[in-house]
Amino acid sequence: MTNWENVEFSSKELGHYSRHLSIPEFGMEGQKKLKAAKVLAVGTGGLGAPMLQYLAAAGVGTIGLVDFDVIEASNLHRQVLFGASDVGRPKVEVAKERLQEINPHITINVHETRLTSDNALEIIEDYDVVADGTDNFPTRYLINDACVMLDKPNVHGSIFQFEGQVSVFNYVDQDGERGPNYRDLFPEPPPPGLVPSCAEAGVLGVLPGIIGCIQASEVIKVITGIGEPLAGKLFLFDALNFSTRTVKVKKNKDNPLVGEDPEITELIDYQEFCGLPSINGEQEEETESEVPEVSVKEYKSWIDRGEDVQLIDVRKPYEAEIAEIGGELIPLDDILDKADKIDRNKKVVVHCRSGQRSSDAIKKLQEKYGFDNLYNLKGGILAWSEEIDESVPQY
Amino acid sequence: MARIIIPTPLRKFTDHNRNFTTDKDTLAEAIQQFVEEYPDVESNLLDEDGNVRSFIKVYIGDDEVDPNKNGTIELSEDTEVSIVPAIAGGC
Repeated sequence: MTNWENVEFSSKELGHYSRHLSIPEFGMEGQKKLKAAKVLAVGTGGLGAPMLQYLAAAGVGTIGLVDFDVIEASNLHRQVLFGASDVGRPKVEVAKERLQEINPHITINVHETRLTSDNALEIIEDYDVVADGTDNFPTRYLINDACVMLDKPNVHGSIFQFEGQVSVFNYVDQDGERGPNYRDLFPEPPPPGLVPSCAEAGVLGVLPGIIGCIQASEVIKVITGIGEPLAGKLFLFDALNFSTRTVKVKKNKDNPLVGEDPEITELIDYQEFCGLPSINGEQEEETESEVPEVSVKEYKSWIDRGEDVQLIDVRKPYEAEIAEIGGELIPLDDILDKADKIDRNKKVVVHCRSGQRSSDAIKKLQEKYGFDNLYNLKGGILAWSEEIDESVPQY
Repeated sequence: MARIIIPTPLRKFTDHNRNFTTDKDTLAEAIQQFVEEYPDVESNLLDEDGNVRSFIKVYIGDDEVDPNKNGTIELSEDTEVSIVPAIAGGC
């Protein structure tokens, strides 16, 4: 961190940070380095919420927040920066309010946007350390590559159900030796759909709290230079049996960024790299759907007119326990085996949580059995809750 | 017997068991025994050529090993094998 020697503190700041100042290894030098530092948190959700509270409280002088999302009720069991009254508000806006309340002596920069190949270098360039708390593989590879290109340490945390991983990538130690990066550990992402997201697989609410706090600790160590950051190592935590392991991360000579024969010299299309449709492509698909669709209002009008319509719910049983709108439950995985339960002689509306899985179900049924009477409920049960019946829980 | 620690993403294919003990003497044999015990693991752990997929690392103790290079990585009574897949959650 540059120019930390000339940092000064007000009397109120000295009071706030007094328990840091009394640690011999930390002291005034450590606190000055924190105040001089600029940390970018990508993602203000499960990992970002706990991490940011500690980074703000600890006195990181400038914190940048990147997130384009708004707060949903299903965030609240783990994203402890937010409360029930914040639902519907932008995460970065609420996060800034809370963090300034925790520590009014620091600066919070808001980047209310999706991190992309077009803006990543420009946003990250102004910061000293990046903390990756995102929730998808394309953004993780994007952050990694941008950090390597800009020579920034990347404090990485990731979670799945009961398990978490933490590492510090692209860290240059006191001898000038650069540590491995994410591509050394995982050269390629899993194929789409193989590793489910938190939304699909669930996550123990306290887990991101634990992993996010470890990330905060690593960020502070990287900034202040105390201790040994998790560079060249991967920390593994399993909450179920409280096992912790730390394994080594080796450099890979085939790393396409910094290996023997680097192939990647600028940011790429990370959606394509991960085998996913482009963000713009997704939006186009929304306007030009591949399957017949019906809006929740139109479906409601069919029911109100007394039309004979069959409703199929392709979600998992536990989801139907949370919220349901009277559909016959046939989970997506079973849809082809139980196609005989779907009527061919009247309109059939297929729904899920948001409309994606029901669209997939219709495609499968059309391709294998030639159904021509299926309609995808656009926006799924979430749209029903928003536009028709707010008593149906959103999750 | 050596022990394979099963990561969370694979546990839905292993009746939610978190460990697999093996009496085999080499890593390759142990992985083969593991996927025979839990057939649904195979397509998630191994590619079409039978190699461990590129987004999954295998460790013995805290050292990475390459189970695809040869079948001669030996296991002892107290060997702990960790299967570590890439996970991306953070939300």
